[in-house]
Amino acid sequence: MRSYYEATARERLAAIVDPGSLREILPPPTRTRSPHLQALDLPTAFDDGVITGSATLAGQPVLVAAQEGGFMGGAVGEVHGAKITGLLERAVATRVAGVILLLETGGVRLQEANAGLIAVSEIIRGICATRAAGIPVVAAIGGQYGCFGGMGIAAACCSTIVMSEEGRLGLSGPEVIETAQGVDEFDSRDRALVWRTVGGKHRYLIGDAQVLVDDRLDAFRDALAAAVRAGDRLDLAAVEREHALLARRLHDYGACKDGEDVWRAMGIEAPHEVPMLPTDVLVAAVRSRRAA
Amino acid sequence: MEKLAFTYDGGTPADGARGARIVGVVASGNLEVLIEPLASSRACTIEIDTAAHGFGATWQAVMDDFFARHPVGGVRISINDAGATPAIVALRLDQAIEDYLRAVPA
Repeated sequence: MRSYYEATARERLAAIVDPGSLREILPPPTRTRSPHLQALDLPTAFDDGVITGSATLAGQPVLVAAQEGGFMGGAVGEVHGAKITGLLERAVATRVAGVILLLETGGVRLQEANAGLIAVSEIIRGICATRAAGIPVVAAIGGQYGCFGGMGIAAACCSTIVMSEEGRLGLSGPEVIETAQGVDEFDSRDRALVWRTVGGKHRYLIGDAQVLVDDRLDAFRDALAAAVRAGDRLDLAAVEREHALLARRLHDYGACKDGEDVWRAMGIEAPHEVPMLPTDVLVAAVRSRRAA
Repeated sequence: MEKLAFTYDGGTPADGARGARIVGVVASGNLEVLIEPLASSRACTIEIDTAAHGFGATWQAVMDDFFARHPVGGVRISINDAGATPAIVALRLDQAIEDYLRAVPA
């Protein structure tokens, strides 16, 4: 089965939803491009870097969005963001079984400045409103560009995050931290360090990602379908549970300097071997230990 | 951005049973090719929006070669280019037209 990491956004969608079920909303012939990029005389894309639509996933009616990391690092501009926000509003209006977000993004598209920032905050509000209406919003993160910036916050607001080891999730990306704070703070070229900090395995162990899968399109598809089937409702009790978890996590691991220190504190035997373990072996070994 | 446009007549009307198709991504050194049915005409029109200025003659040659390989009519081809090389452009165009002409799966 093919790699999720290597696939384009369109290839991912085609492999994940039920064959022939995708009905694209604002498809490329509508030429729904960014007016800001045109004004700046920069290249545009006919879908502004995100594919939206309705489909079925293992027979369940869902709305889907897939960001294309290759186009401006998947960055969120005004049109791009409005497509995702509109999808979330549609989910509440039409009572679908779930919303699937295939996220691959560096966050706000800096060329669109405040319009991009507002777009990301509207997405976050849309995710919370959709979950409050009892509709799960499920994120997949497993692409080359990871999921960073404001969209890292958006991902954390989702019902479930499905990640592969290759995926990365964070706020400021590694290069941003190094630029702002210096190489002594964070060496963005140390790939092992980067993945111990923001990679899929660490995000799963520390409880930010709920499901860890192999880098296969069918593995993502099955995990996304199961997360929709599980349902979700965001209410005060759920928020309080999440806050308690975060407080416990800060208490238990707040002094750790490295992902490996966290894994050791969890009681994982041979934490230095975690990066080398196959997904199924890791998941079986840590089920009772991870912070969730 | 530089805008270019080409029109080719005399091609065989293409049967795009699956409707509009898009291939490629607007990433550095890459491009996206959107191909749609052109109901009003039997021509093959190609519109290009490219980040690389001053390569009109090269585009002309690559488009002439494409139409020689695939003399199709009744199609509108639209390209967003982020500095792809001529070889990449030719491959994407071939990919797009093959995807467009592929029969609907039974």
